[in-house]
Amino acid sequence: MNPSVLILGASSDIGMALAEKFAQNGYPLVLAARNSQRLAPLQSDLEIKYGTGCAILEFDITHTDTHQATWDSLREKPGITICVAGYMKDNEQVIKDTAETLKTIATNFTGPVAMLNIIAADYAKNGKGIIAGISSVAGLRGRQSNYIYGSAKAGLTAYLSGLRNRMYPHQVHVLTVLPGFMDTKMTAHLKLPKLLTAQPAAVADAIYRGIQKKKNIIYIKWFWKWIMFIIRHIPESIFKKKKL
Amino acid sequence: MKKQIANWGNYPRIESDEQTFSFTEELQTYVKKKEPFIARGYGRCYGDASLAPNTISTLRYNKVLSFDTEKGIFECQSGLTLDKILTIIVPKGWFLPVTPGTKFITIGGAVASDVHGKNHHVDGSFSAHVIDMDVIGTDGTLYTCSPTQHSDLFWATCGGMGLTGVISRIKFDLKKIETSYIKQKQLKAKNLEDILRLFEENSHYTYSVAWIDCLKKGKGFGRSILILGEHAKKEEIPAKYQGNPLKLPPQKQILFPFNLPSFVLNKLTVKAFNFLYYGKNLKREINNVVSYEPFFYPLDAIQLWNRGYGKKGFIQYQFVLPLESKAGLIEILHRISDKGIGSFLAVLKVFGRQDDLISFPREGYTLALDIPVRNGLFPFLDELDALVLKYGGRLYLSKDARMKPEILENSYPHLSAFKEIISKYNPQSAFSSLQSERLHITSGKSLI
Repeated sequence: MNPSVLILGASSDIGMALAEKFAQNGYPLVLAARNSQRLAPLQSDLEIKYGTGCAILEFDITHTDTHQATWDSLREKPGITICVAGYMKDNEQVIKDTAETLKTIATNFTGPVAMLNIIAADYAKNGKGIIAGISSVAGLRGRQSNYIYGSAKAGLTAYLSGLRNRMYPHQVHVLTVLPGFMDTKMTAHLKLPKLLTAQPAAVADAIYRGIQKKKNIIYIKWFWKWIMFIIRHIPESIFKKKKL
Repeated sequence: MKKQIANWGNYPRIESDEQTFSFTEELQTYVKKKEPFIARGYGRCYGDASLAPNTISTLRYNKVLSFDTEKGIFECQSGLTLDKILTIIVPKGWFLPVTPGTKFITIGGAVASDVHGKNHHVDGSFSAHVIDMDVIGTDGTLYTCSPTQHSDLFWATCGGMGLTGVISRIKFDLKKIETSYIKQKQLKAKNLEDILRLFEENSHYTYSVAWIDCLKKGKGFGRSILILGEHAKKEEIPAKYQGNPLKLPPQKQILFPFNLPSFVLNKLTVKAFNFLYYGKNLKREINNVVSYEPFFYPLDAIQLWNRGYGKKGFIQYQFVLPLESKAGLIEILHRISDKGIGSFLAVLKVFGRQDDLISFPREGYTLALDIPVRNGLFPFLDELDALVLKYGGRLYLSKDARMKPEILENSYPHLSAFKEIISKYNPQSAFSSLQSERLHITSGKSLI
């Protein structure tokens, strides 16, 4: 029997696409999100279409004091956890507003770290489990247009890398997902080049495959690896003068 | 996001700021915006009905809410496509109560256009099967409406082209089936008299539609192939299908690779096609059992077949004339064959009774044909409009991209009642499309 899948941030476009993908493949689901009653239509949809169990859970990734209780409330612990929670607003607004800056960091970095620490400890104890974290190529180099979000994602990427290292002897696998542009609500205000932009369903497919194949790091759309390779290797003396 | 959009006819094409939503409250927030907009599904209406400088796409609002497999009642959000619904209901022994010739439309679009199918003379249009639905009004209010609750809103929404509000949830009846196959009969008709007689003789069939050759003159004027069908019972399907009688047809699609240059489609090539199409049925009568897919959705097998009409696009001209206006049908067909325009597939059907507020179907003959957009087409269609009007008929709004407002005014008997309901639920013309502006149904002044 398939283990159940916990999706943290399930009301995002990627979260819903992942729910669909895993339900289609016969995995029971626990969908965690703020305003979780919004997920009731998705719950009925997946149950009717695929006959898989689907629970919904009220959860806020930034309310770290509730994380332990949330995890403890799950009678059967999901064997796979995917953290999709993310938050990105226009960088110009974020840097002028401390609350927005801290919210960006909490949703993309400290919140996920707090929750994944709890889950990883449990998985390590049982000697099995899979954790996938959705980070971003934005975390591979800070750019003036998006460095608050980028630095939070950089933190998450480093965390996932360390967690993978630590969990290895416990047979717990950790997958880092590095998407580039995605066509979601979070990016709806941006004009994205169509060729470089991934649809939520394609992102979900890639993550599903990455989990099946126990990949360590995946990029969504292969060329991002090479785009970021170039961006990362531009000397800082030149990079700092560029408008990126 | 700003993007170029067009409906299936590829005429007109405009730039639109298209937004999406996944949750009802996002929609309720969006509708309060200042600029007028129109809801948009899969964009398979042909003309300018779901086009506006601001559009909200329902395609991500597509969840199944309930499915009673005992009673055959299905409930979903408006952005779900018929194609997806079929994959859910057919294996459980149910079918759509009414389906148009493509399954790539949303359920919201099916209601907003009040679509009809090959079974109109038996089962009516889609709205006859709607139990209730939710419509989001201009201030974000959610109205649940049905033939008994907010019935004015209900009837103005069925066939109302999205002008009463955004349809968010629909609950409707399904049709029970034993198999996913259709027992099909094809009959050749030598001319118009022959096909109209065959329609009458075969009116007990649940499904009936005819392909008609609009270019043939003389003795064979109006030659046609009548296609009849019934959902096959279990014992009627071949032994090899018996093991899985509700099997879904394989989803094979080929892509029409590019826009055909417009000179390719001319009188000669269409005549040649029609000759072959008519001639392919060697016998006068063919009987066979086919999957529902080729029976209902023959063109869905070719993705983007609309490219066959070239970059300038095409008009699908569809009208209905009352049964007593057979002379009108003959006159219009003569005008079309004399003009030498006509499409690969012109479709003739006899509608049953219907007298709704703003829905297109009414008892009579309906003819639909695709005509590539070219110089001189619109004045010619204006002439046809005048004939349609003279014979008491009307045009289908879901196909229309160019009708004049006075034609609408004089052909839909309940138009003023419809407009009154629009002004009650949509007083500021917040829901407004290129079509509703062109036809003076709404007056959103900030539209182009």
